[in-house]
Amino acid sequence: MATQHSRSAARLMMAPAVVLLLGWMLIPLSMTVFFSFKKFLPMRGDSMANGLDWVGFDNYARFISSSAFWPSVQATLVLVGGVLLVTIVLGVALAMLLDQPMWGQGVVRILVIAPFFVMPTVSALVWKNLFMDPVNGFFAHVWRSVGATPIEWLSQASLPSLVLIVSWQWLPFATLILLTAFQSLDQEQLEAAEMDGARWPQRFVFIVLPHLSRAITVVLLIQTIFLLSIFAEIFVTTQGSFGTKTLTYLIYQRVLESQNVGLGSAGGVYAIILANIVAIFLMRIVGKNLDA
Amino acid sequence: MARAVTTRRKALNTAIAWAIGLLIFFPILWIIIMSFKSEGDAIKAPLDVLTSAWTFENYGVVQERSNYSRHFFNSVLLAFGSTLLGLIVAVPAAWAMAFVPSKRTKDILLWMLSTKMLPAVGVLYPIYLLFIQLGLLDSRAGLVIVLMLINLPIIVWMLYTYFREIPGEILEAARMDGANLRKEILYVLTPMAIPGMASTVLLNIILAWNEAFWTLNLTAAKAAPLTAFIASYSSPEGLFYAKLSAASVMAIAPILVMGWFSQKQLVRGLTFGAVK
Repeated sequence: MATQHSRSAARLMMAPAVVLLLGWMLIPLSMTVFFSFKKFLPMRGDSMANGLDWVGFDNYARFISSSAFWPSVQATLVLVGGVLLVTIVLGVALAMLLDQPMWGQGVVRILVIAPFFVMPTVSALVWKNLFMDPVNGFFAHVWRSVGATPIEWLSQASLPSLVLIVSWQWLPFATLILLTAFQSLDQEQLEAAEMDGARWPQRFVFIVLPHLSRAITVVLLIQTIFLLSIFAEIFVTTQGSFGTKTLTYLIYQRVLESQNVGLGSAGGVYAIILANIVAIFLMRIVGKNLDA
Repeated sequence: MARAVTTRRKALNTAIAWAIGLLIFFPILWIIIMSFKSEGDAIKAPLDVLTSAWTFENYGVVQERSNYSRHFFNSVLLAFGSTLLGLIVAVPAAWAMAFVPSKRTKDILLWMLSTKMLPAVGVLYPIYLLFIQLGLLDSRAGLVIVLMLINLPIIVWMLYTYFREIPGEILEAARMDGANLRKEILYVLTPMAIPGMASTVLLNIILAWNEAFWTLNLTAAKAAPLTAFIASYSSPEGLFYAKLSAASVMAIAPILVMGWFSQKQLVRGLTFGAVK
């Protein structure tokens, strides 16, 4: 039984972490919300010391009505949706394969997981130059060798190229989690179904997929949160051109490149709300597991 | 019971799995190969690249021209510094939550995790402004603090799950035998907690090493770790395939090795226990 004494000691021990995270969350967040209601153009002499003009919801309205907004929503949806589709479909297939008996399973697993540990700037730059460069890249050489004209990947097929790069980075994560789920699959249940005459597709749809559904949901939610804030991959490849300006990148440009802090902050608030909607679902699953 | 599998089936699995594994690993393999080629050979057709002469010179040139070791040192300092600092803050918190749980423990834990979901770009300008005001822009100290804060929820979470696996009866037994709180932590808890703490440290070093939002936006020449240094190769003037490859290999090799040891922790640390 915890005593009164140990309770107050526990509170004291939690205090630094709680205070730090509270500060980390509240201070910048309230500043962003504050800026989002202000006209704040540091390059044109606006500064906090001189006071900032209150503009109400102007920034919020202008962020949404700007010509860059809908294309950025579209780019975000294609990038996030594309990567989710690729990583989850291939992840399920790969996890199923890795769960089968084979020689050198450990080594294969290491090969498959490796891309996750490559830093984003390295993987984006390597894909951009060593593979997708229209003159000297690996793909260009392959295309020429079969007599085809090399594709300018990052300008002609910019979003699919980014989906490929980011999927390569995140496929290991999806695979590893789905593999964990596969390993807790009840083999006897599968065998029983097989003996009852269920064919492979039926076994997959009615036994395997339901078993995986929670792992898939978790991969979906966690990846969505991380993918919504993809930055480095765009920063070193297209810098947001050729239709790759996602919501995150648009906000970054508004805030740091064109230094329209008020407008960018309004965008930031939208991004925070969006991420929180996804986070609520994830937290619900995590919370349920905590009770179990 | 394990299913009986024919040798033929197993051979087929092996062939397919190895083919796919090598395909996924191929870009990394290609970087490694390219890093040992001369610039002239590196832009040739793939088969010619393979048959051309091997050289170590890129590794020397990268270091000489760009002060590579400085950025490497920055990465080491940021990754280890932020993890150590995070551990100092997180161990007491996780200990308290695991061993003296109250009604609010679960809410606090979930709230901590939720701070991890805050999109960085949403608070970019405030942090940028604070860094300017405090003179922390392009400083290693500032980044150590930011990296510590963004990974703190994961550190607390992982430690909590590991600590909870330590049976409470052992602590009670130690208490009965007259151990005070300090002794309890030092002689009973620590030895049992070390494996979990080691995994936590490993995963967080990896995450901090590869972090590429704050490191890109809050550093310039001085405090830039490898993530930002490599990004400087994206300008066309600095573009050399073989040297880019050599710099990349040096940047990812240490973490690749650590990563292979942390496969299990990865699932635990990044899914917040939602998948078991």
